[in-house]
Amino acid sequence: MTLHTSIKRNAYYDSVTLMLLSRELQKLEGVEDVLVGMGTDLNLDLARDLGLATSEFETLTPNDLFIAAKIDEALTSMKAIEAAFNEYLNKSAELDGNDDYQPPSLRSAIQDLPGANMVLVSVPGQYAAAEVEDALDAGLHVMLFSDNVSVEDELRLKQKAVEKGLLMMGPDCGTAIINGKPLCFANAVRRGRIGVVGASGTGTQEVTVQIHKLGEGLSQVIGTGGRDLKEQIGGLMMIQGFESLIADPETDLIVLISKPPAPSMAEKIYRIAKTSPKPVVIDFIGGDRTAIEAAGAIACISLEDAAQKAVKVLRGQEYADFTGFSLPEDEIDQIVEDAVARLKSDQTELRALFTGGTLADEAMKLLGVHHNIYSNIPLSPEMAIENLPSGRGHICLDLGEDQFTRGRPHPMIDPQTRTEFFRSHVDGQTAVILVDVVLGFGSYNDPAGAVVASVREIRQRLSRQSKDVVVIASVCGTELDNQDLNKSIATLQAEGILVMPSNAQAVRLTDKVMQRIKKGV
Amino acid sequence: MIELIETANKEALEIIQNGQPTLIGLGVAGDVIPGMAKDLFLHAGPPITWEKMSGPLRGGVMAGLMYEGLAATPEEAAEYAASGKLRFDPCHHHDAVGPMAGIVTSRMPVWIIENKAYGNRAYCTLNEGLGKVLRMGAYGPEVIKHLQWMEKVLYPVLKETIEIHGPIDLKIMIAQAVQMGDEVHNRNKAATSLLIREIAPSILKTSFSNEEKIVVLEFLNSNDHTFLNLSMPAAKATLEPAGKVKHSTIVYTMARNGTEFGIRVAGLGARWFTAPAEIIDGLYFPGFSMQDANPDVGDSCITETLGIGGFSMATAPAIVQFVGGTPKDAVRYTTSMYEITTEESRAYKLPPMNFRGAPTGIDIRKVIETQVLPVINTGIAHKEAGVGQVGAGIVHPPMVCFEQALEAFVNLLEDEGLLEE
Amino acid sequence: MSVNDLFKQELKVVNLGLKSFHNDLKSQGVTVVQVNWKPKAGGKKNMLDLLSKINKVKKS
Repeated sequence: MTLHTSIKRNAYYDSVTLMLLSRELQKLEGVEDVLVGMGTDLNLDLARDLGLATSEFETLTPNDLFIAAKIDEALTSMKAIEAAFNEYLNKSAELDGNDDYQPPSLRSAIQDLPGANMVLVSVPGQYAAAEVEDALDAGLHVMLFSDNVSVEDELRLKQKAVEKGLLMMGPDCGTAIINGKPLCFANAVRRGRIGVVGASGTGTQEVTVQIHKLGEGLSQVIGTGGRDLKEQIGGLMMIQGFESLIADPETDLIVLISKPPAPSMAEKIYRIAKTSPKPVVIDFIGGDRTAIEAAGAIACISLEDAAQKAVKVLRGQEYADFTGFSLPEDEIDQIVEDAVARLKSDQTELRALFTGGTLADEAMKLLGVHHNIYSNIPLSPEMAIENLPSGRGHICLDLGEDQFTRGRPHPMIDPQTRTEFFRSHVDGQTAVILVDVVLGFGSYNDPAGAVVASVREIRQRLSRQSKDVVVIASVCGTELDNQDLNKSIATLQAEGILVMPSNAQAVRLTDKVMQRIKKGV
Repeated sequence: MIELIETANKEALEIIQNGQPTLIGLGVAGDVIPGMAKDLFLHAGPPITWEKMSGPLRGGVMAGLMYEGLAATPEEAAEYAASGKLRFDPCHHHDAVGPMAGIVTSRMPVWIIENKAYGNRAYCTLNEGLGKVLRMGAYGPEVIKHLQWMEKVLYPVLKETIEIHGPIDLKIMIAQAVQMGDEVHNRNKAATSLLIREIAPSILKTSFSNEEKIVVLEFLNSNDHTFLNLSMPAAKATLEPAGKVKHSTIVYTMARNGTEFGIRVAGLGARWFTAPAEIIDGLYFPGFSMQDANPDVGDSCITETLGIGGFSMATAPAIVQFVGGTPKDAVRYTTSMYEITTEESRAYKLPPMNFRGAPTGIDIRKVIETQVLPVINTGIAHKEAGVGQVGAGIVHPPMVCFEQALEAFVNLLEDEGLLEE
Repeated sequence: MSVNDLFKQELKVVNLGLKSFHNDLKSQGVTVVQVNWKPKAGGKKNMLDLLSKINKVKKS
């Protein structure tokens, strides 16, 4: 095995392309290990950790592309790898069908596109703020997908945006639907009269999908980025979005979604809600409902509940907390019995593996109350996943968190990470596996298929111990999404996976199964 | 608003747009090129010494010495060149430009171009044709013989031809050629045809014998690149006056000597900013590869500096196959050149770009900000003297030339006390 | 152009970054331009400093 480094100076490729490319090159014969990346400190460290660094690394700058490989020279060569690299890029360029000219900067793009009104920014965090500033200065709205943007920059940019009456959705904003057009990670939903402002990506996705399922539609879905309702930012975009929906003649009802904000922030929101002529449904996930209701807004107990209430209120119908299931209670009990019957007595543990952060959060909020769940988003510090080296206990992971996406695409884009966790974290003591399957733009083209492949593997593995496992899933999607909701559900059910109509119900079913296991025979 | 620079650049562009390059006649280098002397050889690109010269330049110098009668054999020529008895200077320092090695010696006949708008002149030797030629560094007896024929037959006929015909407006001729599939750097077929058409009757009217007229017409016709040696000084004459505009960030010279690539910026006067010339990653003729190539060489990218040549690639789809691309690539290249230039040419309109004017006035600030480098279509010479052309391709100046220029520009502003604290 | 104005207009997007976002928008018939993005001045600090200095030329 020999180490080689190939360098392309002053090149630039987006991170996702390079990560997927690394994976493809890894498959080549004679390649033991390969990493493709821009010469950033992060990537150089990664390469060193993988034992791929060579002396040429000294010359690398963040503007250079490197291919670092450990190869068996009897079977392949650096030339072959470079050829594969070029072929892959050409192929994806062809698939893009993108013959269009690509201007080299925001400035020239704006010149080329009269009437441009939105800039979508997903460049590396350290460069993002400057681009957003230029966009706002040019009078364009911004969706900022990038993270690793400082709080100071976020505040300054949002203040500028508010001053100019512009949207600055982000940083770390993954979901928006403007004028009926999904941006980044969003589902294809029908247009309608409900407007949403969300600080949580998959939370927003789940709410929009549930609203669509119930037959209503979305007027505008505005993202704010995860930090918007923190003290330092002051909810600037939540407020901006909220007020614009109040003023929007196409919106009759407004839904706000966020993790519980600091009380001073919440106050600001309630003040606006109080004077809103349109009904307001507020889902501060796990937050204080009395304050919400005191403001004249409608509180929720889950993302599904928020959608249901929004639809009911829009239709002028009575509403109540939805704490149960779509299926009749006795059917659910039967499902639970049948599920537990498949398990052996030493199978007691939960493995919840989520790709959507808010969906994981919703699961933790509900399950964590009744069970001790170790997690990378624990309800309390002692339940942090690091405190469970043995792996013996209930585990719920948000696989989209930074620690799991270092040098890898987000699990919603590429199922590989979750596939690996299925392998490493599921064993003979696992009783129930809980997953989310997120469809829509930005997501992998067959997330259900990927889950099914993993479950099949697990079942094969466990059958050697004459064991089975219960798998519960929900699909966040619609029949309009490319991945097709109904097809995805059918794929999962064919593999014996219990598919629930919402994340909340999937979590509740999981809870029932876990309670039943606790109770014993 | 950076008014100072914007105003300067506007002025520089006005000069460039107003240029009226006109062929007014022919002369002998030693008689007409300012500062020319028997012991001075001009060459392409930024300043260079004999020690640093690559194969094509050395070969050209040796051929020049034998042509001038200063040496009898290649060995003697090499000795002479290294002895210090011979001076070297860039063509650019003498209002001249030369393709490939660009060697100009006193006896050589040259085209004389005058910029009627500002009165300045530019000079270029006559194109030798293809095969073993001095500009590729060939120095065999057939090279010298051919140069002597050009001096004794070609030159006198053409000189009288232009005298009879009168001045030829090259701006109009180039404007027509770029609407006929030429970009007048690597593709000159149409322009050469227009030239021959224009001067043929006058050739016939000269006092020379039928045989001489025929052989001159046949020679011009045999070489598609005859016009290159006119488009280059036309560009030179157009750009040179802009080089005096203070505080302008516009590039008025790009040139290579086979070892280094150099640029000059208007607001920085006669200063060269150089970096090692690149080996071109292009399409090589059968039997040749990058190992055989000489680094980038020639003054011919003065055409790109003006916005024609590779900048106008979109208008010359025929050459893209030659440089390994597609017509769509050509359009993309030209489109991206608008990102680093200042205005569209009022004279040179490109049909495949919906008749947009060629991208004119390279701004060093834009090059650095966008990281888009000027694109140059070029022939590739063999690194050994005299082997000739081994391929063609696309090449860029080194970014570092622009970076050094920007740094010098800012230092100048600081020295002049023009920057706010 | 305020947020409510945006709601009344046709969305026209400039995409800086991941190509997949551009492709998704294009597939929905949204007018979108993909920027061939590189860090400004190649991310080189000394060049960025020089460029910003040039922007501070005194007004005459």
